[in-house]
Amino acid sequence: MNAPVTIDDKQEHASPHERERLVVIGNGMAGCRAVEEILSRDADRYAITIFGAEPRVNYDRIMLSPVLAGDKSFEEIIINDQSWYDDNGIELVSGDAVIAIKREAREVVSASGRVTPYDRLLIATGSDPFIIPVPGHKLSGVITFRDLDDVDKMLTAAETGGHAVVIGGGLLGLEAAHGLSLRGMKVTVLHLMPTLMERQLDEAAGFLLRSELERRGQTIITQADTAEIMGDSHVTGVKLKDGTEIDADLVVMAVGIKPSVNLAKTAELEVERGIVVDDDMVTSDPAILAVGECVQHRGACYGLVAPLWEMCRALADFMTSDPSGYVGSVTATKLKVSGINLFSAGDFSGGDDTEDIVMRDASRGVYKRVVVKGDRLIGAVLYGDTADGSWYFDLLKRQEDISDIREALIFGQAFASGGATLDPDSAVAALSLDAEICGCNGVTKGQVVACIDGGANDLDSVRAGCKASASCGSCTGLVESLLSISLGEDYGGARTVTPMCQCTSFTHEDVRRNILEKELKSIPQVMQELHWTTPDGCASCRPALNYYLLCAWPTEHEEDPQSRFVNERMHANIQKDGTYSVVPRMWGGITTPNELRAIADAADKYEARLVKVTGGQRLDIFGIKKEDLPSIWADLNAAGMVSGHAYGKALRTVKTCVGSEWCRFGTQDSTGLGIKAEQMTWGSWMPHKFKIAVSGCPRNCAEASIKDLGIICVDSGYELSVGGNGGIHLRGTDFLCKAETEEAALEYIAAFVQLYREEARYLDRTAPWVERVGMDYIKGRIVEDEPGRKALQERFLFAQSVHQKDPWAERVAGAESHLHKHIAEIRPFAILEPA
Amino acid sequence: MVEAKWIDIGPVEQLPALGARTLPVQGGQEIAIFRTATGSIHALANKCPHKDGPLSQGMVHDTSVTCPLHNWRISLLTGEALGEDKGCVPVIPVKVDAGRIYIERVAALAGVA
Ligand code: SRM
Ligand SMILES: Cc1cc2nc3c(=O)[nH]c(=O)nc-3n(C[C@H](O)[C@H](O)[C@H](O)COP(=O)(O)OP(=O)(O)OC[C@H]3O[C@@H](n4cnc5c(N)ncnc54)[C@H](O)[C@@H]3O)c2cc1C
Ligand code: SF4
Ligand code: FES
Repeated sequence: MNAPVTIDDKQEHASPHERERLVVIGNGMAGCRAVEEILSRDADRYAITIFGAEPRVNYDRIMLSPVLAGDKSFEEIIINDQSWYDDNGIELVSGDAVIAIKREAREVVSASGRVTPYDRLLIATGSDPFIIPVPGHKLSGVITFRDLDDVDKMLTAAETGGHAVVIGGGLLGLEAAHGLSLRGMKVTVLHLMPTLMERQLDEAAGFLLRSELERRGQTIITQADTAEIMGDSHVTGVKLKDGTEIDADLVVMAVGIKPSVNLAKTAELEVERGIVVDDDMVTSDPAILAVGECVQHRGACYGLVAPLWEMCRALADFMTSDPSGYVGSVTATKLKVSGINLFSAGDFSGGDDTEDIVMRDASRGVYKRVVVKGDRLIGAVLYGDTADGSWYFDLLKRQEDISDIREALIFGQAFASGGATLDPDSAVAALSLDAEICGCNGVTKGQVVACIDGGANDLDSVRAGCKASASCGSCTGLVESLLSISLGEDYGGARTVTPMCQCTSFTHEDVRRNILEKELKSIPQVMQELHWTTPDGCASCRPALNYYLLCAWPTEHEEDPQSRFVNERMHANIQKDGTYSVVPRMWGGITTPNELRAIADAADKYEARLVKVTGGQRLDIFGIKKEDLPSIWADLNAAGMVSGHAYGKALRTVKTCVGSEWCRFGTQDSTGLGIKAEQMTWGSWMPHKFKIAVSGCPRNCAEASIKDLGIICVDSGYELSVGGNGGIHLRGTDFLCKAETEEAALEYIAAFVQLYREEARYLDRTAPWVERVGMDYIKGRIVEDEPGRKALQERFLFAQSVHQKDPWAERVAGAESHLHKHIAEIRPFAILEPA
Repeated sequence: MVEAKWIDIGPVEQLPALGARTLPVQGGQEIAIFRTATGSIHALANKCPHKDGPLSQGMVHDTSVTCPLHNWRISLLTGEALGEDKGCVPVIPVKVDAGRIYIERVAALAGVA
């Protein structure tokens, strides 16, 4: 279909009445720019008519956002006023949309009935806003954000104040939200994805943006799936699929755009997502060209202006007989919200062969990430400091070899192209003595050097001596450079303490201290404030952070299921064949005929392949499919049983022996105390699993001396010991204290568990933790310091008041149901059936 | 009848960020569909090259998934085991169009008798 077009050279300098007739559909940014480009090459070649559906001259659409926000007037954003059309002999038919293209006759028909013939036709119809077809989308007060009429509607609505809901947290939606909120409306942004502007930003930058917008008073709801727009004739609110209702006097749909292709489609041009064009912007009909957001070139559609400029140049070259060919564009984005600096370009989805270089400066609110593949820069996301955006964009577009400046790349242009050699040490050596090294504590290079000269010979002693890098840690690299420059051979190298994982230079203890001191409340916030070097952490730090946050802020913490290991995410133990095992709690190892019947019935019903008595005095049902978990839990719940947390970094079992109730040697009711201890501690999340046992006498049938907390009953009371482990490294417990009453024993248990929760590293069982801090420390906190003990107990019981709930019951009630369902199912034979 | 090259398996938002869902294929190999933090969608056979662990239940970070059974890291892009480990699982081509996920029919049905 795509026959090559030959330009008839004889027509090149034709007189006006012999000129080729060029008709342009669309008086927008691309249509007019194309005309400007053609005129600048050959002003006499075409007799031009432009049709515009909007009743006005050509203006800068992207500046509608500043018009909405009140920073600009319409007059200020006009690109070409009426005199431009007049001076260039262009006929502008505005306010009259073209409704048909007659290809055979080579003419277009407009809404007013006018028929206009063409030799060349240029389609530049732009895009249409995408409207999600939920109930109520046609109510008055539901608008889009595309042209000046939309801005006028928003301004009218804003005059009376009230609530605005913007659906869509992309570039357009956020600019609308910003404008409306400056105009005095109370704004809520609903975004389907977890991250704002997810196509331009990664999670970390999206988080910063969100925090800033929230600080400015906007309400941002992510993962918000709109179910319905409510109201009788005018909109009154928006309802989400999860049932949430939000008041609204105005709803702005900014969920995306789709190329405006209807005219082209009806005219039977080749159309996929957009109007298909070749490198010269020619459609499947050689007489018809297309440009702008309505086209699809080499499979890509664009929604930004920069590519349009490039398309228009190629188009004009071709139309004036000097074809150059358009090869596609790399795009970059900036958000036009005053006070927020944000830049993104290229591809930052990562990959095995790509490398992320991340720099975070929490004190200045800066996040920078560049993505490198081989020796090329392929993507960049900048938040807070976008000064180097255009430099990165340039490196990216020109595919420049960056191997020479790689080490310094993240510091920006000034730094990377500064010194002759690009070894970071020499860059640091070149800094003046007044240069600030540590922004948090205002420490200069001179002070750090003085501190090193004064005897500090490693990072920790510099931190202790002059506080450099002791707060946020982002200047750790600079301080280490100074150590190596100043000490040369004598510098022992980077410090020996082990950081939490490869994503950070902080230890577990540093991270926990910072979470409390800086009141960090979410995983992205910790990663930003503590300068994580990876965009979204790894399988080792994410679960740890999730736990530290949950422990620090029991009421505020929002659980992140994706940061849980599979067993905790599924509330069951995964088996080697991918099925799960289910262990209901049996308090203190006691069961009843009813419970046993329920377990037997469940085992039959769900075709369990094995029921086993565990080493923890309860029953384990094996071989359950993930789809069946909610139903088996429902059945067990119905018989009064709850999750045994056999899968969790949490309280596992409390083993007991029969004790004084039955045993001829029993001194106390060990079963009763075990049940009380289990009822107090079950459901609590901990750094690792935690096991308790209570034996009725020193014969110790419950094996209390190899548990995290063991109790041996004696005539005069209860002997508590801690830090035992029967696992990989056998370790007997250490004696903690003696309690005289059950009540006192329970107080010690609660305090010890809480101390372990607050201070042990994630994935440390009590045994290695006790060995590290020593029994003297533990006794000092639990036995000798009574007010401290009571405070620990109180914090534990408070956390339990929030966390002690049966996760199975929550799932049975529908929580996280997607985890138990397939996304879809392919039944090939059903599909292959003849239609 | 010409068969479509792609099978529509539903809207993107059915997948949590950094999460995964399963797609059983009757008579064939179950597929795991993943979504990364940046929103890209990938599909692999739901079977770890090590000992058949269900990759859909692992933890997703960057463009890899850590197997839930013994912590092998598998690339979502190539299906290859990363680091010291050696092995590879089939990658099934996926694409997203207008917010819906499509999976390539031929690859999805590979091995169906
Ligand atoms: C089911 C059970 C074995 C049994 O059939 O009896 C069991 C099964 C598992 N144990 Fe255990 N342990 C079981 C009692 C024990 C005991 C005995 C006890 O609790 O008195 C111990 C030694 C005591 C101790 O923990 O100090 C024990 C020490 C371990 C260890 C080593 C822990 C250590 O600190 O060294 C692991 C590995 C780990 O947790 O990292 C482990 C890990 C496991 C895991 C979870 C392996 C895994 O990560 O998938 C097994 C899950 C099997 C499954 O699919 O359900 N299991 N495990 C027992 C469940 C008890 C319960 O009712 O909840
Ligand atoms: C509020 C807002 C902010 C933006 N901010 C940015 C930004 O910061 N950076 C950036 O790069 N891009 C931004 N954009 C996108 C940018 O405006 C578009 O990429 C650009 O305008 C596309 O140009 P176009 O000529 O293809 O379409 P348009 O500019 O939309 O022009 C198409 C014109 O064709 C007319 N038309 C359609 N059908 C017919 C018909 N049948 N007959 C006659 N006329 C017709 C339309 O009325 C319209 O005037 C923004 C867009 C909006 C709406
Ligand atoms: S001892 Fe080993 S094999 Fe047996 S249940 Fe425990 S972890 Fe599994
Ligand atoms: S089965 Fe995946 S790591 Fe072993």
